[in-house]
Amino acid sequence: MGFSALYQNYQSKDIELFRSLLSASAGSSLEEMASKANELTVRHFGRVIYLYTPLYLSNYCTNQCVYCGFNVKNNLRRRTLTVAEVENEGKLIAETGLRHILVLTGESRQESPVAYIADCVSRLRRYFSSISVEIYPLEASDYETLIKAGADGLTIYQEIYDPVVYDRVHIKGPKKNYQFRLNAPERACLAGMRTVNIGVLLGLGDWRKEVFALGLHARYLQDKYPSTEINVSFPRIRPTLGGFQPEFPVRDRDMVQMILALRLFLPRVGITVSTREKAGFRDNLIRLGVTRMSAGSCTEVGGRLDGGGQDGQFDISDTRSVAEMKEAILKQGYQPVFKDWVAI
Amino acid sequence: MDVLKVGGKELLNRLFLGTGKFASDALIPGIIKASGIQVVTVALRRVDFDNPQENMLNYIDKDCILMPNTSGARTAAEAAKIARIARACGCGNWVKIEVIKDNKYLLPDNYETLRATEILANEGFAVFPYMSPDLMVARQLRDAGAAAVMPLGSPIGTNRGLRTKELVRILIDEIDLPIIVDAGIGKPSEAAEAMEMGAAAVLVNTAIAVAGDPVGMAEAFSLAVKAGRQAFLADPGAVKEYAEASSPLTGFLRDEE
Repeated sequence: MGFSALYQNYQSKDIELFRSLLSASAGSSLEEMASKANELTVRHFGRVIYLYTPLYLSNYCTNQCVYCGFNVKNNLRRRTLTVAEVENEGKLIAETGLRHILVLTGESRQESPVAYIADCVSRLRRYFSSISVEIYPLEASDYETLIKAGADGLTIYQEIYDPVVYDRVHIKGPKKNYQFRLNAPERACLAGMRTVNIGVLLGLGDWRKEVFALGLHARYLQDKYPSTEINVSFPRIRPTLGGFQPEFPVRDRDMVQMILALRLFLPRVGITVSTREKAGFRDNLIRLGVTRMSAGSCTEVGGRLDGGGQDGQFDISDTRSVAEMKEAILKQGYQPVFKDWVAI
Repeated sequence: MDVLKVGGKELLNRLFLGTGKFASDALIPGIIKASGIQVVTVALRRVDFDNPQENMLNYIDKDCILMPNTSGARTAAEAAKIARIARACGCGNWVKIEVIKDNKYLLPDNYETLRATEILANEGFAVFPYMSPDLMVARQLRDAGAAAVMPLGSPIGTNRGLRTKELVRILIDEIDLPIIVDAGIGKPSEAAEAMEMGAAAVLVNTAIAVAGDPVGMAEAFSLAVKAGRQAFLADPGAVKEYAEASSPLTGFLRDEE
């Protein structure tokens, strides 16, 4: 049974419980949920937060997604880094002590083909012990190519699980293919990817329904591919070039409720929170169930080399450096972990 | 003196420390000092040899025996690679084999663990395999050259105690290697329980790392391990199901003997 079938025909008490934890009425029990979520997270992950940072390889994109700064219709400086430039930016990141990196591209098989991404990954392997990719969805054989090059993680967000809204916000381009994207995480699991991070982009639909689908998707992958480490993310839409305004704004307390509900439903799932969230808010999330955070982020291609700070995918909220982030995590009584994998 | 001879070393302290979950690695020296811990396991995946500031090995007393573990390995081949990297980086020749394909329960894969043990024992490592307690596998691990066998008490990080007690007891009775209970021990009393029944040592991480006072908790564990060990050596009286009357009802029959 694939994920779509599970989603339509689930029968289980704990899934019903997950739904109720996401309900409006559970919103009045956040403190009780937080206490349990904190206990579960500390027990399973310890008092640690894993850190990583994104490195954008290319912003060429053939998609027209209403919420994204890299939208093909947007007028921005398009650029694909050379492998040498990628290495230089990688070196700068490695100097901060980080050993986990997430490389990203827009969706352009012409400007950033799989072979190019694989070249970048194998070059970055010299500096990083763990490399995840956040790129357009691939066939399993292409994921195998990237794994051979040294990638060990895949990040791919469905963005919105509601197929009707999905179709509406993805106006044009290969991303219109809902099913191909939906099944990409599973193809990565089959290819042998060590970690897979799925997610929704908050603001496009009713967050309770979206996070419910995300939780079920994570649960499906965890059950079917126990050797793959499953992570979830649910970034809120940030201001981008193009000025898209989310139809369903998400409050801080909603964000907290979804973290807690996911933790209670899936005690071992990794929860990633990026710099799209504000510094103070992120600090407060540390004790609630989050396991991974980005730091020292930059969403512009070549932004750490010679970028003008204008052409990022979205605006960052938490602009702290890796060193500042490290201090902030220690202040919360947690250990910032820079390295948690060994290239083998 | 009660000495644990294992992996070519002689140990006086039978509490082994895991290091993965501490709020700060800086807590580790205080814990080692307060509880006299001699063996510390470290996930190689967490060690950054290129970054002195973030290298947790700096927090481990040089007199301690380092037991790098292969956390993250999903196959015997991956575990073997990690073990070789650890040795090449100067972490000594002890290795704790962890081969885990199940991210939900973190239960070890006994079959791959056995294969990794065969490979690494042949390469001269002192191999400490973490396993689900199973007598047949434990015998094969012994035959493959394991230095000790490390059955789990309950799944990693659960703090649920010695749920596998009967199976671990069988290993203690049948396997002539040190049996070190690893994982799941949540309270000092449970560590004592394992030691009382003859475990050679216990390995604890979560219960110490997530305690309000990790140093105090490590000390409590150390004392419990010592008490349990001493009780084992003192040969506790057999547990009886019914009360034993001091004037037994059939005592008069003694006259006939």
